[in-house]
Amino acid sequence: MADARSLTDLFGILGPRRVGEKAAVVDPSVASATEASYPTKALQKFLAGLQGADNPLLLDLGPVVGSNVTFFGEQLGCRIRVEDVADDLDRHVREGKLEQLPEFFAKRFTQEPGSVDGILCWDILDYLDRPAAQALATALCRLLKPDGCLLGLFSTAETPGQIYTKYVVVDESTLRYRTYPALRQRQRSLLNGDIIKLFKDLRVTDSFLMKSKLREMLFRKPAPRA
Amino acid sequence: MWKRDESVKPATPPAQTPAAMPSAPVAAAPAASEPRTQLGRDNVNIGKSVIIKGELSGSEDLTIEGHVEGRIDLKDNVLTIGPNGKIKAEVFAKAVVVLGEVTGNVTASEKVDIRDNGSVDGDIASPRVAIAEGAHFRGAVDMQRAGAKAQAKPATPAVGQAQPQAQKVGA
Repeated sequence: MADARSLTDLFGILGPRRVGEKAAVVDPSVASATEASYPTKALQKFLAGLQGADNPLLLDLGPVVGSNVTFFGEQLGCRIRVEDVADDLDRHVREGKLEQLPEFFAKRFTQEPGSVDGILCWDILDYLDRPAAQALATALCRLLKPDGCLLGLFSTAETPGQIYTKYVVVDESTLRYRTYPALRQRQRSLLNGDIIKLFKDLRVTDSFLMKSKLREMLFRKPAPRA
Repeated sequence: MWKRDESVKPATPPAQTPAAMPSAPVAAAPAASEPRTQLGRDNVNIGKSVIIKGELSGSEDLTIEGHVEGRIDLKDNVLTIGPNGKIKAEVFAKAVVVLGEVTGNVTASEKVDIRDNGSVDGDIASPRVAIAEGAHFRGAVDMQRAGAKAQAKPATPAVGQAQPQAQKVGA
């Protein structure tokens, strides 16, 4: 006999999935190798910081996420350059050349210094050793225009397993975390002071500690003094 | 959900087509093989075995399953790079659908759509860009459009427009 359960019944069994409700916030340790949606506070400020720019140039350090390209393109009418730094890291792990990462990052980006309006750094710095993280942060600071914005995510808790996270923008206040295999795990949780030192040429404009155990930080490059 | 087979099929049924051969669909095809019309009235298919070096231009929708090197100019039409298509060219079209491989810059006046397993290595300039999960893309995207600045507004109202793309990618 056919199962008489309706779709509504099935959704009832699965429970609510709305972002913002407590039931929707899944413990990341449980959600590894899956995906879940979380609120974000820094993203809308990042967008607001770029709204005034004319045809801004955005640098995305994560893997290509098609919907993100569409989202930022439609929101900002911007140029987006996707530079998958996690892929660089995996390549260096595979080749056993991790010690060359600082030198690699110093030459990695071909954009003119001071030409980028916004950088989506996501959480890649968590996966790097200190010298490589510093080299990457320095390179990013150099690329940013005065008044340019950088969005960084930093884990505040140990993450088991070797996974990266794709941050898929659902809307300006929601990110979907989608994990995928990595060749290296997070190295450590950076403290506030460590992060500020990494980006010593930038000014922290906002910092949010989220329930997802991520710290969202927004940086802005100070305009040169007249 | 999109199905690959459907996307490379012509829009019109086979029975309607014999009288509708395009007069000069391709400007610079080699003598080796004439691009053949496949079924659809305004949809030309360049087959797997065809290699074109030079400039390709036309005023009909085009599906490429072969190899093209040079430049493709279909400013008012849809260009589909089929799953077997390999392009090393600057591409200009009204809309570009990529299921195969493209190396070179792609400019579309309406939309660029990189489907699952499609690959683009080059810069994209188009007001609308969709990149499916599983697609490969390396380059920059320029989605600047006329009046973009005037439309730039607090993000919330436009979010609804972006969400269908997010659902598609997540599929």
